[in-house]
Amino acid sequence: MTTENLTMAKAINEGLRRAMEKDPKVLLMGEDIGKLGGVFRVTDGLQKDFGELRVVDAPLAESGIVGAAVGLAMRGYRPVCEIQFDGFVYPAFDQIVSQVAKQHARSGGVYKMALVIRIPFEGGIGAIEHHSESPESYFAHTAGLRVYSPTNAYDAYWMIQEAIASDDPVIFCEPKSRYWEKAEVDRETPARPATEAQIRRAGSDVTVVTYGASVKTCLRAAQAAEGEGRQLEVIDLRSISPVDYPTLAASVEKTGRVVVVSEAPPVASVAGDIAATLSEMCFYSLRAPIVRVSGYHVPYPPSRIEEEYLPNVDRILDAVDRVMECES
Amino acid sequence: MDEVPMIQLLNPEGERVSNSEYESSLSAAEILGLYRDMAIIRRLCNEATSLQRQGQLALWAPVQGQEAAQIGAGHALLPNDFTFPSYREHGIAWKRGIPPLDWLRLFRGVTMGGWDPLQYRHSNPTIVIGNQALNAVGYAMGIQRDGADEAVMTFFGDGGSSQGDIHEACVFAGVFNAPVVFFIQNNHWAISEPTTRQSRIPLFHRASGYGFPGVRVDGNDVLAVYEVTKRALDNARSGNGPSLIEAFTYRMGAHTTSDDPTRYRLEAELETWRHRDPLERVKSYLVRTHGEPQSTFDEIAADADHMALDLREGLLSLPDPAPLSMFDHVYTEPHPLIEAGRRELIDLGFGGEQ
Repeated sequence: MTTENLTMAKAINEGLRRAMEKDPKVLLMGEDIGKLGGVFRVTDGLQKDFGELRVVDAPLAESGIVGAAVGLAMRGYRPVCEIQFDGFVYPAFDQIVSQVAKQHARSGGVYKMALVIRIPFEGGIGAIEHHSESPESYFAHTAGLRVYSPTNAYDAYWMIQEAIASDDPVIFCEPKSRYWEKAEVDRETPARPATEAQIRRAGSDVTVVTYGASVKTCLRAAQAAEGEGRQLEVIDLRSISPVDYPTLAASVEKTGRVVVVSEAPPVASVAGDIAATLSEMCFYSLRAPIVRVSGYHVPYPPSRIEEEYLPNVDRILDAVDRVMECES
Repeated sequence: MDEVPMIQLLNPEGERVSNSEYESSLSAAEILGLYRDMAIIRRLCNEATSLQRQGQLALWAPVQGQEAAQIGAGHALLPNDFTFPSYREHGIAWKRGIPPLDWLRLFRGVTMGGWDPLQYRHSNPTIVIGNQALNAVGYAMGIQRDGADEAVMTFFGDGGSSQGDIHEACVFAGVFNAPVVFFIQNNHWAISEPTTRQSRIPLFHRASGYGFPGVRVDGNDVLAVYEVTKRALDNARSGNGPSLIEAFTYRMGAHTTSDDPTRYRLEAELETWRHRDPLERVKSYLVRTHGEPQSTFDEIAADADHMALDLREGLLSLPDPAPLSMFDHVYTEPHPLIEAGRRELIDLGFGGEQ
């Protein structure tokens, strides 16, 4: 049987396993990823099967994990780092920006930074502080990095393998609130390349550009909007950096209206940059200003009030109303 | 901290001194070779400083005073070992066989690197203080997985020793028993801050906190540095794990050509260290003990002058990189923003002749 119904966490686990079977240079490094299988169990069983030299329980030091991965990559390995939670990636930020992103260019193309940094990101799981953040804009801002984010098990299975096989460093953002959602995973038919955005629902009235956990929220909003006679086209970026603008622009030329949705705070964000870029690319097709639905410009709030922070169906529909009301 | 005993085999007067743990294994001819190395990098370094003063380099980080630390350590490396420098390791670059002109490219502003790190097994200069130590440990973990008998050595200073990355590198190296040597050049000054602003204890004592050996060596004694480093690298190669060497030395020049040390340190201190010069003691030793004639040293100086002239000529004829080269090697695979940027520069007429 080549197709199986898997959670996204299990699909990533299987993708990691397949990458490790295919290439002996692939190794995993992170905190509690061995016997425990990671706090989200994404690496469950891998140390048992591949040994402690390939599934490395690292000291509790994120800069160390990424900095050592850089050295392993220089030696020809393909390390996959696990950062336990989004809010813990900042100690490694220096190594990511100063070394991971720049070593290929600095060495004139000699060093390949063929490493992946997996980060469970975004909120919505009722966690305490530093466990629900959206740091992707920092990495999207940094040349030399790619930033991918799968939103379903099938994509996750294939995209993690694509990220590992890439000679470019990939920040792999896993929407943790979707880890336990199941989907059919076809192990024979590869998903489309990560750099291609996917239209998750076709529609003619408004283009809804989104990624991460918000994809599901936007699909719910699209369903609700249908009841009001509005057809939303929901596009899942998959690659946050680079963004597949040809796919977005084709949709905008059809709809003339855009809402960009993500959990991250709005200032200097991926969503803001998409709004600016589409304004420039599609100015003569746009029939309304581009509207963003995002987190607020506050630290991620206590979990008891996170529902009011996160983009939800109501806020997305409100944004849809605003772009629809604008007649030009 | 000056009173802490350190390994010394040749004192500042050029006299051999005995040490209970280390013995010099070098012949007179080899010692002369090390003198030559030190004299050459001192001369080339002076040339680079002049080139900066003449507007030909954006910046230069002089190595004067630290020649013995670098040449002694560099001499102990085997061809398959791998080194991770900061930005002042011109002596190591010389021992790795990297052409001097390549050391200057970064400071000229024509590249961010300068040489092929895999060809010379010497990584790029690292300017963010301390980053390289973690990369070195990761590389050493790769050596372990390959089952190779190679060692890694990484270089940083007394200032760098305060960085979190150095701590994490020592933790990783310790718990994984990685084949890496941490080589600290304690040159007493991190730009304007003295070592006392970095540590309350001698830096080599820190190694014990990570569970591996640490040793202080007279960093101005090339014989001692060589023996201490050789043993540390041998230990790493043979699976005995990491160690830390504190080479006790002194930055005779400025931090960089942008620095003004007269604002923060006294002439008297400089004078003390002038008497501990790493080159003079070797020369005295070779003259007094082996009867090396003055003509030998004159020939070395003439060779060094020639190399300095070559370096100058090479530098002045270095072409600026093509503007479009800024888009090279940012990614290994096609990227729309790289294509767009390149296209824009070409449209603006900065595409060069291609």
